[in-house]
Amino acid sequence: MSAETWRKILVPIAFIVAVLAVWEWLVWVYDLPDFRMASPSDLLPKFWQFRELFLVKSWETLWRTVAGLGLAVIFGTALGMIMGFSKIAREGLYPLLVGFNAIPKATVVPIVALIFVGQHDFNTILIAFMISFFPIAVSVSIGLSTLEPEYRDILRSLGASNFTIFWKIALPKTLPEFFGALKVAVTLAFIGTNLMEIVSPHGRGLGDLFDSGRISADYPLMFAVLFALAALGIFLFYIVVFLERIFAGWAERTPGQ
Amino acid sequence: MTSQIELRAVTHAYKTAAGPLPVLDHLTLDMPKDTFTAVVGPSGCGKSTLTRLVSGLMRPNEGEVWLAGEKVTSPRPTVGMAFQNPVLLEWRTILQNVLLPLEIVKSKMSKAEGLERAKHLLELVGLAGFEDKRPSELSGGMRQRASLCRSLIHRPEVLILDEPFGALDAFTREDLWCTMHDLREEEPFTCLLITHDLRESVFLADQVIVLSGRPAHAQYVLNVDIPGNRTLDDLYTPKAVEMLAVLRHQIQVAQGRASTADEPLAEHAPAASAKEGMVQ
Repeated sequence: MSAETWRKILVPIAFIVAVLAVWEWLVWVYDLPDFRMASPSDLLPKFWQFRELFLVKSWETLWRTVAGLGLAVIFGTALGMIMGFSKIAREGLYPLLVGFNAIPKATVVPIVALIFVGQHDFNTILIAFMISFFPIAVSVSIGLSTLEPEYRDILRSLGASNFTIFWKIALPKTLPEFFGALKVAVTLAFIGTNLMEIVSPHGRGLGDLFDSGRISADYPLMFAVLFALAALGIFLFYIVVFLERIFAGWAERTPGQ
Repeated sequence: MTSQIELRAVTHAYKTAAGPLPVLDHLTLDMPKDTFTAVVGPSGCGKSTLTRLVSGLMRPNEGEVWLAGEKVTSPRPTVGMAFQNPVLLEWRTILQNVLLPLEIVKSKMSKAEGLERAKHLLELVGLAGFEDKRPSELSGGMRQRASLCRSLIHRPEVLILDEPFGALDAFTREDLWCTMHDLREEEPFTCLLITHDLRESVFLADQVIVLSGRPAHAQYVLNVDIPGNRTLDDLYTPKAVEMLAVLRHQIQVAQGRASTADEPLAEHAPAASAKEGMVQ
């Protein structure tokens, strides 16, 4: 490996270690008890103690987040396409969409839990979906509606159909915006899942493990859950980055070009 | 010679909030097969509208557009187009960009033939070795060359150029003018060029049409009589300078800054042929 690759790996690790060390040191200096502030050294035993629960609950959180995000991608892209191609749909739907997005989803959780009482997986996926489709719909619609007319004309002057124009030009041209939105949406969907798991407890997901830590005043467990959530979030984010490299790598330019 | 592009009393107006905005007024043009026609005129006189009408992207309010003996009602695959913006697709390589029209047009060309033709065209415009580069790796002039190859890949009978060299620097522009001559020498096609550059029009075209101010009609037709292979030196002969002066005067007339009556260069104007001179 080259020196640069090493630097790229070692510098972030060094910073993470430094932050953890300062945290540990602060807890030690101020002599904070476990129930006020957990220290990083408390976390590993907790992970080990609840290792099976962590695996099971992480999986529950993960698959429901991905399911909600998947729905958001399908629905958001479809909505974005309608709004991108039809000016009337854009004018009509935009205020509605902005209004819906402005509602804090924490307030929607109890309502959803009441409407579909007992359908825990469905409820959680629904919230993850509701919170994350907005950026996708907006970015796809902007990507499509700002397509320069010359791009259309190049194909239209050859007699291409609207579908061909969409498939050959509009869709690939929108991909960088789409993946930008997907990076935001993946984090939002994750928030949505946890919101449901914590605000409307039903014994599933990492949110439930967090809640049981809260109830039993087990601070180290709560912090351990935070770390597990962060790890899952990073994992999902980099899957999106990986997909972006494959499908929209052309949009990335090295400096100087 | 049979005419390839014919406009018969084409009148067109755009709908705006303030009412209809007439752009073309009984415009009648005739472009014989395999000739090069340049259209010049004041800004906003409807030159780009003209390209959209000829390519079938738009239909005129009144009058008819004919291509190769057929009335134009919709876009047709025998037309190639290039714009001021080269509009290359950034996610494709240069070669893939050039091949794009073949994916749309049902062509008799096989895939291998198309590939060979694309490489040949790229070589002709000086882009050999750049086939696998992305558009973002090329300069503006190179992108415009690739765009020209794309507009010619499907062997169109008619090439429509809407100020393709307008955004380039003077030297690159002159280079591309010569490339245009090379391309036409390789295979004949009828070309309609929209431009603001009078030197460009004289260097490239067989006939230069001056449009009047909006709503535009053909105000003046100049037959460019430079025989043989043209070189840039031909632009600096007394004859070419005279032609440029006449065109410049006509543009001023179109802009309303001069009248035909006080035409100072009238006695120096090239000898009028049957078709040449004032129209309407």
